[in-house]
Amino acid sequence: MAVSRLASSSSSLSKLLLRPLPAPPFSRSFSAIASDDDGTVLTIETSVPFTGHKIDPPSRSVDTTRNELLSFFHDMSVMRRMEIAADSLYKAKLIRGFCHLYDGQEAVAIGMEAAITKRDSIITAYRDHCTFLGRGGTLVEVFSELMGRRSGCSKGKGGSMHFYKKEAGFYGGHGIVGAQIPLGCGLAFAQKYSKDETVTFALYGDGAANQGQLFEALNMSALWDLPVILVCENNHYGMGTAEWRASKSPAYYKRGDYVPGLKVDGMDVLAVKQACKFAKEHALKNGPIILEMDTYRYHGHSMSDPGSTYRTRDEISGVRQERDPIERVRKLILTYEISSASELKDIEKGIRKEVDEAIRQAKESPMPDPSELFTNVYVKGFGVEAFGADRKEVKAVLP
Amino acid sequence: MAAALQTAAALMASSNLVVNSERFRFGSLLRSPAGRKGSVLVVKSDGRHSVSFNAGLRAGHLITNAVAAKSEASAKSTDSKPGHEVLLFEALREGLEEEMDRDPRVCIMGEDVGHYGGSYKVTKGLAEKYGDLRVLDTPIAENSFTGMGIGAAMTGLRPVVEGMNMGFLLLAFNQISNNCGMLHYTSGGQFTIPIVIRGPGGVGRQLGAEHSQRLESYFQSIPGLQMVACSTPYNAKGLMKAAIRSENPVVLFEHVLLYNLKERIPDKDYICCLEEAEMVRPGEQVTILTYSRMRYHVMQAAKTLVNKGYDPEVIDIRSLKPFDLYTIGNSVKKTHRVLIVEECMRTGGIGASLRAAIIDNFWDYLDAPIMCLSSQDVPTPYAGSLEDWTVVQPAQIVAAVEQLCQ
Repeated sequence: MAVSRLASSSSSLSKLLLRPLPAPPFSRSFSAIASDDDGTVLTIETSVPFTGHKIDPPSRSVDTTRNELLSFFHDMSVMRRMEIAADSLYKAKLIRGFCHLYDGQEAVAIGMEAAITKRDSIITAYRDHCTFLGRGGTLVEVFSELMGRRSGCSKGKGGSMHFYKKEAGFYGGHGIVGAQIPLGCGLAFAQKYSKDETVTFALYGDGAANQGQLFEALNMSALWDLPVILVCENNHYGMGTAEWRASKSPAYYKRGDYVPGLKVDGMDVLAVKQACKFAKEHALKNGPIILEMDTYRYHGHSMSDPGSTYRTRDEISGVRQERDPIERVRKLILTYEISSASELKDIEKGIRKEVDEAIRQAKESPMPDPSELFTNVYVKGFGVEAFGADRKEVKAVLP
Repeated sequence: MAAALQTAAALMASSNLVVNSERFRFGSLLRSPAGRKGSVLVVKSDGRHSVSFNAGLRAGHLITNAVAAKSEASAKSTDSKPGHEVLLFEALREGLEEEMDRDPRVCIMGEDVGHYGGSYKVTKGLAEKYGDLRVLDTPIAENSFTGMGIGAAMTGLRPVVEGMNMGFLLLAFNQISNNCGMLHYTSGGQFTIPIVIRGPGGVGRQLGAEHSQRLESYFQSIPGLQMVACSTPYNAKGLMKAAIRSENPVVLFEHVLLYNLKERIPDKDYICCLEEAEMVRPGEQVTILTYSRMRYHVMQAAKTLVNKGYDPEVIDIRSLKPFDLYTIGNSVKKTHRVLIVEECMRTGGIGASLRAAIIDNFWDYLDAPIMCLSSQDVPTPYAGSLEDWTVVQPAQIVAAVEQLCQ
């Protein structure tokens, strides 16, 4: 069977690699979404098998349900729509600074969420809008924060690269490449310390895979069996440099050496879900594991980067045709007669409206109050109200 | 400022202060009840301290690995004076141990802190008592273990990260600046980073340029960070405990040459206010501001000055960020002359910022330009005589005061 590659010349349909399964026993009516899921488990094969490094990879057959596939479609479409809307807002100069868009990579965020709970932690770098949404953030919070408004998730003071949601276990949102990896190991350390039986997913890119702190953190995690899963979102370009020009060894899942690794097709949401489930079980018993998600971003590195000077438009459109995560789920839904094409179109229209409504709400939100410049610099604890050398109170309070 | 002082005075006077401890999201370990009575301990800048409402703070239900007996590391003196004598590194260890007993979320990480006991013996014996996870020996990877400490602090743990020498923390500058100092702000207040980063710095005895660095000058611009420098066993223990209990990230600067100072410290639980300066010697004629090791050079010079008939007021500023402009300002208003003696280099050091802060706030009270004695802008040489010339010596302090008081 032909295996999909980035700009291959094979026909698009053969990329699906779906082994035909027997027809479902009951006839399904094309009723409304998510209302009559009878819990029947569908077993679907991933597009490509997993490749393991010092570990036996999990099976290619993934269990899922009608509802889950529909929710995948819905959630990924929301993310896609949100990122495209952010693109327009940026061009309209309502979003300033740096804006790193995630469209094309939605399957990684959604597949991961399907395999874990909100008590597990996720930490990522600056391409965090969709990860934040997956963790339970709302569209209004996203757009408000992007536009620097008060109702943003970080009160407008963080911006695109600093989304956080503490109660849902989303730890950001970090601007410096690779700096979130030791933080992720710290989250796992705390989980091990308090015996939570939860794991941390620390995401980084193929560009950050060359950072020394990754290897320092790998060493420590393996030494102390920390429940951390290091996920390399390999979109094959570190900003403007292709991976073959930056990395001597592009097999990022093997870079852990003594830490086992798994290479996953990051455009297949079911494969991501399977891999993350497998990784969570592994991490809780045996310590760290690396997951390399083979994925792709349609936009450039950020909105300041057209994205076409270092790769061809044919390559981008080729991937969009052959490996797009949303299209794959759409085809699965249609093949298994979970829904009809027109219903899916209706869902997309509804999502468009939802996103537009969120943008409208976000635009109405006010900018932060000027006094907010000085809040949250310090936590008011031992009488500190300082934002310079000038202010203080003279007392110490024992808590 | 006056309103804040009145509030502070009112709080000091009240004896019914009940402070609820915050609930932190933390797994199964901490089971403290929601309301805990606190007390107001006021440590005045002249060293006296008073407690208005004493409450037992040793919660008996904390889970600890071993028997939580009071540390017997320091030899108890046989005479009838209150308190016990300790060396400065023992005082630091007592502070760490008491906080680790009190709160199971406090943990230590650093190079050689566990089995080796710490390169300056500050953490000696703690790994045997609390286990390898709470007193964690890290590999030599400052950037990532500092990052790890910050990540753990984001979830509610209270790590104490040790840099074997402060200079090594330059490798962790990104983590300290971006993730430690700024995360509370960029997350809109969602995350607090109650981490303590500590280690010895300063010019030692011929340790060479790279091991004689003064990092307080590099870290002072980082917003969100608090910096304190200890100088005596008393304030070392007090500042260590306050830093651990603080919700803000605190960098505690120790000095390589001060670890063996001996002093008698109280037996009872006490902390030092993180933002307060210490009055070492009250005086009327000139204010000398100093911190860490230079305090001892200043006191030596003060002996000479007193013999010569001068009356210097010596203040150990202790809090390097933010400055205690209340104590400093009162002193300036009294003496009208200021001399700053520091170990940082002349360019961009603590003295430079302190000078600017005093000029901005107390210009009208000054009778003479502020003098600042700092180390020279050179890498610290190895040769002993050259090293002595890099750092401020008592003779220079005496000469500076004489010039200031002309």
